[in-house]
Amino acid sequence: MSEPTHENTEKPRSPAGERWVWLSGSALTLALLITLTLVAVVLGHGLSYFWPKTIEKIVLDDGSARLGQVSNRDVDPISGEPRVQYKIGNEDWYGHAFEWFDRSMIVETSIPRDAVLLERLSHGRFFGFLTEVRGGGTIDLGAVDPWDRLIEAQERVGELQKTVDDYEAEMHALNRRARKVGDQLAKLLYDRVPEDDPRVVRLREKRAALLGEIDAILEKSSAEEARIRQVATTFRDADGREGEIVVADIVRAVRPNAITFTEKCSVYASRFWELLSEEPRESNTAGGLFPALFGTIFMVFLMSIFCVPLGVVAAIYLHEYAKDGPLVRMVRIAVNNLAGVPSIVYGIFGLGFFVYMIGGRIDDLFFAHRLPEPTFGTGGVLWASLTLALLTVPVVIVSTEEGLAAIPGGIREGSLGIGATKFQTLTRILIPMASPGILTGFVLAMARAAGEVAPLMLLGVVKLAPSLPLDGEFPFVHFDRKFMHLGFHIYDVGFQSPDIEAVRPMVYVTTMLLLFVVATMSLTAIVVRNHMRRKYATGSF
Amino acid sequence: MVDATTCGTTDARTILHVRGLAVSAGPRALLRDIDLAIPERRVFGIIGPSGAGKSTLLRCLNRLVDLDESLHVSGDVELDGRSIFAPDVDVDTLRARVGILFQQPAIFPVSIEKNVLFGARHLRRLDRRAAADLAERALRDAALWDEVKDRLDAPAVKLSVGQQQRLCLARALALDPEVLLMDEPTSALDVQSTDAIERLIVRLAPRCTIVLVTHDIDQARRVTDRLACLGLRDGVGRLVQCGPCCELLDGRTNAEVAERLGGGSCCD
Ligand SMILES: Nc1ncnc2c1ncn2[C@@H]1O[C@H](COP(=O)(O)OP(=O)(O)OP(=O)(O)O)[C@@H](O)[C@H]1O
Ligand SMILES: [Mg+2]
Repeated sequence: MSEPTHENTEKPRSPAGERWVWLSGSALTLALLITLTLVAVVLGHGLSYFWPKTIEKIVLDDGSARLGQVSNRDVDPISGEPRVQYKIGNEDWYGHAFEWFDRSMIVETSIPRDAVLLERLSHGRFFGFLTEVRGGGTIDLGAVDPWDRLIEAQERVGELQKTVDDYEAEMHALNRRARKVGDQLAKLLYDRVPEDDPRVVRLREKRAALLGEIDAILEKSSAEEARIRQVATTFRDADGREGEIVVADIVRAVRPNAITFTEKCSVYASRFWELLSEEPRESNTAGGLFPALFGTIFMVFLMSIFCVPLGVVAAIYLHEYAKDGPLVRMVRIAVNNLAGVPSIVYGIFGLGFFVYMIGGRIDDLFFAHRLPEPTFGTGGVLWASLTLALLTVPVVIVSTEEGLAAIPGGIREGSLGIGATKFQTLTRILIPMASPGILTGFVLAMARAAGEVAPLMLLGVVKLAPSLPLDGEFPFVHFDRKFMHLGFHIYDVGFQSPDIEAVRPMVYVTTMLLLFVVATMSLTAIVVRNHMRRKYATGSF
Repeated sequence: MVDATTCGTTDARTILHVRGLAVSAGPRALLRDIDLAIPERRVFGIIGPSGAGKSTLLRCLNRLVDLDESLHVSGDVELDGRSIFAPDVDVDTLRARVGILFQQPAIFPVSIEKNVLFGARHLRRLDRRAAADLAERALRDAALWDEVKDRLDAPAVKLSVGQQQRLCLARALALDPEVLLMDEPTSALDVQSTDAIERLIVRLAPRCTIVLVTHDIDQARRVTDRLACLGLRDGVGRLVQCGPCCELLDGRTNAEVAERLGGGSCCD
């Protein structure tokens, strides 16, 4: 570098490819940048959602006051004035949860230590000051300070709530039995068993008894619930207006201005956990995402059970058995193109073929007594995953074939040459050696399937599923059930909700979770694949 | 190593009989009019220039040619008097009886012991003791035992190429083949490993028939009893000469032999 001119003359003319290196390098950088920005935006918005932000109290120039968290800042497009958006919550009191204020309107801003943020079972968040907590004759509270009384009350109410939960579980079980009896009854009646047949009479009696039991428990449960709802609080908003909030409706009470950083972290963690483990509330705008998370993973899992074996067997046939001719070449081209067919086409195919033809036939044969209400003749997790399996099977075929093609030919001859049959060669040598390729296909298939939404909309995805496709209820896996899905959740929450402001964070959080699911599944498979690669490396050179 | 008494023995029974064998790939003939009688429990050599069809001929002997759809075989090969191309012959059993060792070792990405037992496991049920004994015997036969006895569970791909070649030999020997086909087993090896394999061939000969394809006329001199010379005539592999090794090679230099084969590239 000390003699640049000399060096320049010495250097041979750079080969023409050099410029392409720069071009391709910057293309890669651009692609990386876009991806990173996407991930950063999603993560930034998604992760900040859980953080308990400071609550500000603002006094406006007309003398009124508000309590809320800053949610956005920008410049008014018309007047050109800077303005701030606050989430003021209390939708049941004000009729809206967000409000824009021009900077000039705000006379005074303060951070009151005792401002409380409530997350509620209904009507979203509440911002206010706690004035009083009453046991309401249901419980006696020992503490004196209102905040301590609230915490004590929440604990006690939580305990009392358990009995209600037990009642509910009991009712659920009874309901299930009643439904089963109803099903048997419907079957008998469908088979034209007369009304006065002893079996019909017995089933009717049994069902009536079960329903009676349910009513009795419901009564007890309601009474208990009414007792719990006696425990209530009085809150005051920034303008001094007071109102009652029942403790049982409060999911979480936080004083973000009064707590330390570590306490904020624990609030953060508990909100995150709620997201992963709880069911959604308030038409999916709050609460957790567990059913959607579970539905996504379960559906992808089911899909791989169908598509990986099918793809592997098909690839083995194509690569190891089929004679290389025009037909095989055509099949191969078809398989490659199949991967590019828009997914909605598969959705329509799945609806026509799986749901109406096969599902309809199954209903006719086995569940005729339930008709016209369909059992399998409607979208469900089985049909959705089968359709996605069809969609992703070409990917598995292609990468399995690549895996098989990478095996040196000598290995096949070596195995066959010492008397192993073709099948033994396949199962003992070729499939294990092609397993990195198979796993690559698996990763790609999973990633594609987890992100696919369009076909699912036709095939049984719902915005709110009453029960999971897998539970403790016989036969444990319910292939006919509809399910929730993170991708559909994004669409539904983000674009079908009346209040865009309120659901925006939820959209980011759901997106983040979906990305996370895909990344985790792919990463696991990649780790396994690398392990296999090392294990089956034919590195003798 | 070929002494005068074994030179040109014709008393041994013929185990493999090749009659009028011809192989073609589509319109192109690769081998034509091959007639050979391979005597039992001897080392039978095949030499010839590159491309003469030595490997192809060897593959015919245990029907590995079947794997290549483009090759068409006519003529016949008899093993113990029975055609190996007969419809009732089980190819897998045939290949276990007529083992093959390739020019390049084909090692499976499993442990050393599993490599050795790979073929044998499929033929008979072996309990653990019997399997271990068999593996040891095969590895001893292949002169590899001492080098690998304390790492039988190690991945076989980590072995050197010479060791891998001997491992393939052990794998073939574990099946107790009646005939062992060797396609230039020493072409990838150094002098010591070559020497080891050659000594093995001589030692194995009384137990099983060996068909050895080689480029190396000196090697043929050292280990074979009978020799077939393939040559290229108009691009088609033909049998040029066949007879006891001593008759074909004694008193001639390598260059003269090569000259007669019409190739020129068959000697080093
Ligand atoms: N499947 C095939 N299709 C077409 N031609 C083939 C095929 N297999 C072998 N050949 C041709 O047959 C001829 C003989 O091949 P082969 O491998 O038997 O030669 P070789 O004598 O073993 O040569 P080398 O000493 O170099 O190993 C070659 O010209 C080769 O191109
Ligand atoms: Mg060859």
